[in-house]
Amino acid sequence: MNQLISFIKKEFYHIFRDVRTMLILFGIPVTQLLIFGTVIKNEIYDIRIAIYDQAKDETTRRITNKLLSSGYFILEENLNGISDIEDIFRKGKIREVVVFENGFGEKLVKEGKAHLQLIADASDPNTARLAVGYTKGIINDFIRKENPEMKIPHEIKTEVRMFYNEDLKSAYLFVPGTMALILMLISAMMTSISITREKELGTMEVLLVSPLRPTQIIVGKVAPYLLLSIINALVIILIGRFVFGVPITGSFALLMAETVLFILMALCLGILISTVAKNQMVAMFISMIALMLPTILLSGFIFPVENMPKILQWLSHIMPARWFIEIIRGIMLKGVGLAFVWKQTLILIGMTVLFIAVSVRKFKIRLE
Amino acid sequence: MKTLLYILQKEFRQILRNRTILPMIVVVPLIQLLVLVYAATFELKKIEMTVVDRDLSPASRGMVTLFNGIPFFRVDGNVAHEKAGEELLLKGQTDVVLVIPAGFEKSLMREDQAQVQLLIDAIDGNTAQLIYTYCNSILFNYNKQIIANWKGLPDFNPPTEVVVTENYWFNPELDYKWFMAPGILSILVTIIGMFLSGMNLVREKEYGTIEQLNVTPVKKYQFILGKLIPFWLIALFDLALGLGIARILFDLPLTGSLPLLFGFAGVYLISALGLGLFISTITDTQQQVMFVTFFFMMLFILMGGIFTPVESMPQWAQLINHLNPISYFMRIMRMIILKGSGFSDLLEEFISLVILGVLFLSLAIWRYRKTA
Amino acid sequence: MENRQPVIKAENMVKKFGAFVANDHLNFEVYQGEIFGFLGANGAGKTTAIRILCGLSTPTSGNITVGGFDIYRETELIKKNIGYMSQKFSLYEDLTVSENIRLYGGIYGIPWRRRKEKEKELLRKLELEEARNKLIAGLPLGWKQKLAFSVAILHDPAIVFLDEPTGGVDPITRRKFWDLIYEAADRGITVFVTTHYMDEAEYCSRVSIMDAGRIEALDTPENLKKQYNARNMDEVFVKISRK
Repeated sequence: MNQLISFIKKEFYHIFRDVRTMLILFGIPVTQLLIFGTVIKNEIYDIRIAIYDQAKDETTRRITNKLLSSGYFILEENLNGISDIEDIFRKGKIREVVVFENGFGEKLVKEGKAHLQLIADASDPNTARLAVGYTKGIINDFIRKENPEMKIPHEIKTEVRMFYNEDLKSAYLFVPGTMALILMLISAMMTSISITREKELGTMEVLLVSPLRPTQIIVGKVAPYLLLSIINALVIILIGRFVFGVPITGSFALLMAETVLFILMALCLGILISTVAKNQMVAMFISMIALMLPTILLSGFIFPVENMPKILQWLSHIMPARWFIEIIRGIMLKGVGLAFVWKQTLILIGMTVLFIAVSVRKFKIRLE
Repeated sequence: MKTLLYILQKEFRQILRNRTILPMIVVVPLIQLLVLVYAATFELKKIEMTVVDRDLSPASRGMVTLFNGIPFFRVDGNVAHEKAGEELLLKGQTDVVLVIPAGFEKSLMREDQAQVQLLIDAIDGNTAQLIYTYCNSILFNYNKQIIANWKGLPDFNPPTEVVVTENYWFNPELDYKWFMAPGILSILVTIIGMFLSGMNLVREKEYGTIEQLNVTPVKKYQFILGKLIPFWLIALFDLALGLGIARILFDLPLTGSLPLLFGFAGVYLISALGLGLFISTITDTQQQVMFVTFFFMMLFILMGGIFTPVESMPQWAQLINHLNPISYFMRIMRMIILKGSGFSDLLEEFISLVILGVLFLSLAIWRYRKTA
Repeated sequence: MENRQPVIKAENMVKKFGAFVANDHLNFEVYQGEIFGFLGANGAGKTTAIRILCGLSTPTSGNITVGGFDIYRETELIKKNIGYMSQKFSLYEDLTVSENIRLYGGIYGIPWRRRKEKEKELLRKLELEEARNKLIAGLPLGWKQKLAFSVAILHDPAIVFLDEPTGGVDPITRRKFWDLIYEAADRGITVFVTTHYMDEAEYCSRVSIMDAGRIEALDTPENLKKQYNARNMDEVFVKISRK
């Protein structure tokens, strides 16, 4: 036992003394949260547009003003014809062209109907769709305000209630996602690489011939990462709570217990990878492809899983992060208890056991 | 010059002999394109809806039928109570609950207006917004249908309206894959280039083989170029491979000039590899290289405009993006591939990339120390 | 011997790592063609000193020239004129024997034809003809060491630095290794060798004995034995470190 403790101590010094790695380990989550919180938004602003106004009347001028004062659009160019739009788009700055038809204002008054053409650069379809949507919204709003007496008969009105996230804050999505990602990164990726490193450089053999038993070696190797992961998880939860206002509606104790479970699962996964990989580069690529990408993409962290093709949805079921994210969203945002997340919890426990069993088998085979 | 050739010969032999790198060069692009491009979409494909119909009138049933008829919506059964609907939201089994209050039809007829309620799971704010918009437009259509029926009109139109025609150029179907594929390809060549070259250099440090080279008269630039050129070629090869796959799988149009595209990729890769090698000169282990590289990759990708257009970002982020090679390259890729932009359209990007390339590569050469 | 030109000259060579002084004011000269033994226990500062002389590390202070070149300003010139074999085997394990020879021959700019001859001669001398196209990773340690030494003197340097070249090698292979060293010295190559095997010290023209970062003694093995009244170098060493 004493040996184990001194070995763990050595491992701790090893990791905590490495300032660069520590900086990065805490830098990654903080930076990522900061970027998600301030840079990445679901809305668009300052989109450059061009206007081709064939009418040049009072109405088109007022609509133009409305568009430009909304904050969403910046007028880059006034066009005199429609022929050079393709060239403009090729330069890449302007994303939308608004074309008012001839006699726009007059037609609107006399015929009750005027035509407007929106041409969007759809090489970025999301931005194009949003830009067109915003433009239409602003114009409809303008028409409604111009004609207050206009009333729809038998009108069905909609009242909407946004559950769990009234203000539609994106932090509710990215804080749990970042947590899953970072815990995977530290627990699985770092562990797998650090154990593989010992194998690759031959220092593992030195350890194996020492009086320490293989399990003790592994425990010693992963203990510092367990601690690091827990600290990191706390940092993320705190930043989420106090900087981005993500609440912890449910039980904090349950949240931490589930977090530790996920960390253990990830550590076991890291150990498993290290038993398979023969050098650090392999370990890195397995971690990257099998862990990081799915954690980012197939867990619903950024892109909703329901939108994906069936096969990927099916694949997402074997991604631990998916279940973990469901659990923490449940506890933090919906305030549910174990009664609601027992299934996900069981799945994580099952995965942990599976990874341990397979690693032990692999490890034994190697030693024999 | 000759020395460089000897070093290159050595690097290529080692790479070709390495059983890890070769599969990676082929497998990584395949997986990335297959999984990432399909996975990365904000397009809503399906909305799970639960209906709480407390009115059970022809008007309310008509509304449910309309939702049911739209393939987009899966109207999953009726629950009798709002509470039951909320419970389903809590369990995450439904996306939206449509509540039609008792007396809906009566109110619509007699008071000329009535209200329905939408309860939406809004943890994913973006999706919630989209669901709301879709539901609203369907409700509006139903409203028009009702007005037309009740008033006996063939079609109902508001008295004053602006008829908007939408044209989407370069990607008329708004295929998200066409947007993602060039972006993913940019990330792919960056990952391959930066990680492989950086880890390769540090591996020599870990194994101690670098010392034997450091006591020789090898020039610093020769050593760095020896590490750069092989991975530069591999990354370009992967770009070609990835473009081929994307062409077949997603019908990705290749509108612009391929030589121009590869020319730009070549310039871009010098900056990416230069940065990777620079990182490896300031680190001692492969683990450190990986994490530092991962950090920068994450920063560059998230800020590069794949999720949010760069011009919509705060000022400081736009400033940082001037130093972000991935941001330039993703833009260039899309512009050439989808829009067929030419060199003159991309002059600004070209100059920036050249500056970044020279900067990062010089940093790597300068920071590489033959003496500890 | 003293009338010959010194090829290495170190005056007050100091190397500190933080508060730790690895080399404490070392003064020594190495003459052309001699086998200079650099002795000391593990951690005495031998490797630090050899790395400084090879240009792998910069000293904290001191005037040092190697092959007549200044160690601060003319590092790259020094590198053309020296060979180095590190404690840790550092040829490329994933290259074959002859590919390693080709690489280093190429880097030192040995003309192609000359390199071919040298490669042939070297392989014959080391009895490695059979293994020339084998990956180095598969060779036994003793062969690896001999190969590393031969590659280090492939370009006929003025001085070769050997950092514990015989570590972990059996006695017979060690003997053979020293035959190679003598051969190189006969060709006029100055040999600077660190070791902690005291029997090897007997093979050197002169030895210096380091302890805790300082040079405690420097002379021919005979003189040292006389001075310390010892039968062999082992005793000399024990006496010095007990002081």
